[in-house]
Amino acid sequence: MSRRMRMLVLGPALLGLGALFAWAIAGLPAFGDYRGPYGFVLNRVVVPLRHTTNVVMGTTFDVRGLDTMGEEFILYAALVGVTLLLRDETRSRQAERRTSRLDDDAVRLVGVAMIGGGLLVALWLMAFGYITPGGGFQGGVLAAGAVLLLYLVGSHRDYRPFRNEHFLDPLEAVGAGGYIVIGLAALVSGTAFLTNLFGLGTTGTLVSSGSIALLNWASAIAVSCAMVLLFAEFLETYVVPLEPEDAAS
Amino acid sequence: MSFLPYVVAAWICLVGIAGMATSRNLIHLAVCLTVTQSSSYVLLLSVGYVKHGKAPIFVGTKVGSTAADPVVQALTLTDVVVSVAVIALILALALDAHRLSGSVDPDGIADISG
Repeated sequence: MSRRMRMLVLGPALLGLGALFAWAIAGLPAFGDYRGPYGFVLNRVVVPLRHTTNVVMGTTFDVRGLDTMGEEFILYAALVGVTLLLRDETRSRQAERRTSRLDDDAVRLVGVAMIGGGLLVALWLMAFGYITPGGGFQGGVLAAGAVLLLYLVGSHRDYRPFRNEHFLDPLEAVGAGGYIVIGLAALVSGTAFLTNLFGLGTTGTLVSSGSIALLNWASAIAVSCAMVLLFAEFLETYVVPLEPEDAAS
Repeated sequence: MSFLPYVVAAWICLVGIAGMATSRNLIHLAVCLTVTQSSSYVLLLSVGYVKHGKAPIFVGTKVGSTAADPVVQALTLTDVVVSVAVIALILALALDAHRLSGSVDPDGIADISG
């Protein structure tokens, strides 16, 4: 299809879709006029039943815990896909491109400070995910971002030990598999898959919400590892890591 | 103005589709896809909003006080994760397409086979 032809099709199509949107919006209840029962029900029952003050995480890891398991494996599947697509063992060494180190000391200082701060906030988001806003997914992405900063303000050599796949691959498996193991533990004990069986603890403390806390940590580990490995795959398409003998010379 | 968030969601979706259709660069196309997908975040979060409601996190507020729907917020989280997964795969494919054809223009690589 030529470019001109595509534009001719696109115009009416967008107008049509816009008209359908307008029709749909006209039939929606006004903004803020929420009617569905589920939100009201969950906001009332999740805190007393599950001892978690963050109802969003209570929903994510308990009410629709099975769904979140699928979500975790979507990320896992994407990681496998990207790795298979990008990992090219035959890549010629001539393609090697060495990035120069960042020269600006002020930028490096701020960057290094942000690595520590980023990791700390990431850990806080993970640990308190079921109490205050946050959670394993959000914390995991932030942790991986903090590790990536190490490459930006340092060099690939500084960054490389933190993306060691011999360490991260098994850890990723522990996170993703741990989710299933926690679900299966409920099956073994005679209840439904992913039933919240561990002690519910005291609401508003780190020792609360039973399985939700463990599932939160499992997904935090899985997401951190998946994101670090994803970033590394993209990065190393352009920056071929130095072999140990090169680094020594 | 009580329909404004929905209109914004529809607008973001349309702009994203227009961007994808007219894109001359695969990376730009991937960003446009993310823009399109962002419209679903706006839509999900706005259908779950309850007038005068707070976030559904009951720290320092009474349980059962008016709060937004946590279901759509959890769905938005899933949406974001799916978006990350999809964009990662598309960017990886774009890199491969560039390696094979030397071009990132979707029209320029249309003739490649195999």
